[in-house]
Amino acid sequence: MKRRFHPSVVTANDLFEGHPVWRTADGRWSATIREAEVLRDPETAEARLAAAASDAARVVGPYLAEVATAPEGPAPLHFREVFRVRGPAHASDRLDHLPGE
Amino acid sequence: MYAYSDFDESFVRNRVRQFRDQVERRIDGRLSEDEFKPLRLMNGLYLQLHAYMLRVAIPYGTLDARQMRQLATISERWDRGYGHFTTRQNIQFNWPKLRDVPDMLDALADVGMHAIQTSGNCVRNVTSDHFAGAAADEIADPRPYAELLRQWSSDHPEFQYLPRKFKIAITGATADRAVTRAHDIGLRVVARDGAVGFEVSVGGGLGRTPMIGRVIRDFLPEADLVPYVEAVLGVYNQLGRRDNKYKARIKIAVHEMGLDTIRDLVEARFAETRSEFPGAEAALAEIRAAFRAPDFRAGGTAIPSGSPAFRAWTDTNLAPHRREDHAIVTVSLKTPGQQPGDASADQMRAIADLAETYGYDEIRISHRQNVILPHVRKDDLPAVFEALAAAGLAAANAGLISDIIACPGMDYCALATARSIPVAQEIAVLFETLDLAHEVGPLRLNVSGCINACGHHHVADIGILGLERAGVETYQITLGGDPTERIAIGERTGPGFAADEIVGAVERIVTAYLELRDSADETFAEAYRRLGLAPFQKALYSEESRENAA
Amino acid sequence: MSDRVLITDAGFGPVDPAERYLDFADLEAAPGALRVDLGPETDPATLTPHLAQIQTIRIAFPAVSDGRGFTLARTLRRMGFAGRLRAAGQLIPEQYPMARACGFDEVEIDAARAQRQPEADWRAAAGRQGYLARLRRPAA
Ligand code: SF4
Repeated sequence: MKRRFHPSVVTANDLFEGHPVWRTADGRWSATIREAEVLRDPETAEARLAAAASDAARVVGPYLAEVATAPEGPAPLHFREVFRVRGPAHASDRLDHLPGE
Repeated sequence: MYAYSDFDESFVRNRVRQFRDQVERRIDGRLSEDEFKPLRLMNGLYLQLHAYMLRVAIPYGTLDARQMRQLATISERWDRGYGHFTTRQNIQFNWPKLRDVPDMLDALADVGMHAIQTSGNCVRNVTSDHFAGAAADEIADPRPYAELLRQWSSDHPEFQYLPRKFKIAITGATADRAVTRAHDIGLRVVARDGAVGFEVSVGGGLGRTPMIGRVIRDFLPEADLVPYVEAVLGVYNQLGRRDNKYKARIKIAVHEMGLDTIRDLVEARFAETRSEFPGAEAALAEIRAAFRAPDFRAGGTAIPSGSPAFRAWTDTNLAPHRREDHAIVTVSLKTPGQQPGDASADQMRAIADLAETYGYDEIRISHRQNVILPHVRKDDLPAVFEALAAAGLAAANAGLISDIIACPGMDYCALATARSIPVAQEIAVLFETLDLAHEVGPLRLNVSGCINACGHHHVADIGILGLERAGVETYQITLGGDPTERIAIGERTGPGFAADEIVGAVERIVTAYLELRDSADETFAEAYRRLGLAPFQKALYSEESRENAA
Repeated sequence: MSDRVLITDAGFGPVDPAERYLDFADLEAAPGALRVDLGPETDPATLTPHLAQIQTIRIAFPAVSDGRGFTLARTLRRMGFAGRLRAAGQLIPEQYPMARACGFDEVEIDAARAQRQPEADWRAAAGRQGYLARLRRPAA
């Protein structure tokens, strides 16, 4: 019935700054996904998510996001998560992401 | 222009103080995120992909130079030096920090502005014709009614926790430039036997289930506006579905229960609310006095001659003013390659200066995400054009294919399923490079980054909807949508296109139109009405199907 | 065992533990009830035959985001109900003045909420008046 579990990280947005943050193994919130704790089984993942949910004084809306793992650390899989990591094509670099530019 | 009364001022200040307190209560835990969220949304504060976003109301799209300058200042002091104008005549700041927001709201209040009810499940910022007060085809200025409704809906004790958001739009002209039939309530000023009133439609909306509003009252006398709208909201608050947020808009109630049932319920309620607003008439009179037309300076009735660039700009970016010696100027925020609807702080100041010098201190924001100078003397057009060009704001493309509506999409929006800004940029740049936009003529192209349709793709000649399919972006095309008084929802052409195919697909549609039109005078919309979907489908898919077959 | 708190313009007070409310669904069977519980989905018209003798109506607010009770209260007042109206359940201090403006006399919350959102928060929120009072004032 259940979809196969894929390695994941806990992510949320910082309550004060609003930017994306990822939960580290020692329970901090880091602004870089590379520092995130990779959760490899559903039980640990649920436990970490529950711990994150009680951190409402620091973050908003924690959830699990699937990652690819590599020696340098986890990297986002889903393209929405890729955008959260990469940030928008901002006004100051408006055209640099256009295909063919 | 409407200036805040002492009451408005104290109301808004109070609201800021209250929000400051709410932020502190969220931080110390007295308010949970679930409780805080509706409160912050009611004050325009979203949490997006990368940051908070503050959506500021520009009620009925009207602002003055001082307010525009303050927006510039706010963007520099607490954000990243620019703002994004939206299809709902709001401006969004993409990078505020939670603790700065109360200060930003105070800075807004300093110039009679606020972010109240720009989000959340309440009556949203009332939108209106961006040519209001200036258009040649106007029956009555819709803004006093819009302001009356703003006051009525602000902090309305009964309607802050509705099943879902509720949008009202109003137009006072014969042409519908406010897309009224795509709103929960659409109001069109009509005159009957010398009396002014409204044709009222309900249940319009875009989004997941696009519907055109249905006329629930063909003539509502002006004096009944507030009690009638109160009755509609009362019926909706009681009956709107709360079990499924995708079915919670009033359009679903109208669809499921039938217009006649809703009408009967509204009329029954209206019989009771009708006598509850004895103060509304005086309030409207007070408001109306504040919307007096400026003291126009007379001038020549011809557009002065000028360079080819100036002529190209006057060809596209002017609309008829009710005075022969004036014109309505559209300042395009769509220079090909830029983020549609964005203006830098310097550009905001340049527009403010122009409004002050040449525009009787009036500025409007259009739902097409452009800035309007509603009253410019024709004699002053060359000077205005020069100044706009110096500020990078003289793109001669209002109403053309490069004047694209695009929502923020995946670049900013937490709900997005695909990017919309780069698609819009690429299309605009392509037609600029090909130098084809003027040849193609009037054409509305709108892009949304998800099914919520903030980019109004359903009501565009060419609509593009970005979706996610199996982990990648895919773009669906609709054709033949129309936002005007002949409102129509576009038809889907067929399967979607990948991100690297969508621009080519649009090019094929436009090429087909250029080949198929019976003369250069036949617009895309007219050609589409004559020809239907089929020839465009052929242009879109035949080549592909050949490739697939190979 | 009343650990629920009743909020009125006078501030926090205890809920009378002896008060019993009859579920609206049972009203037909026991038509003489003085206190009735209403769900937010209730069609107010069905109360018409009973309104004259009911003393207190308690309307449930199942979630902070559910504002049906406000319209229900207003409708009952329009129908002429002159007894006590109580909003009970998930309300936050911001909603106190809304409830009052819609015709409620009081708000009932549970002890946990009362602890997290103390009396001072409710007092700070109370008494706010929006535009509506102006539009409803008699013509000069
Ligand atoms: S249409 Fe979707 S992606 Fe675009 S702004 Fe609206 S919610 Fe966001």
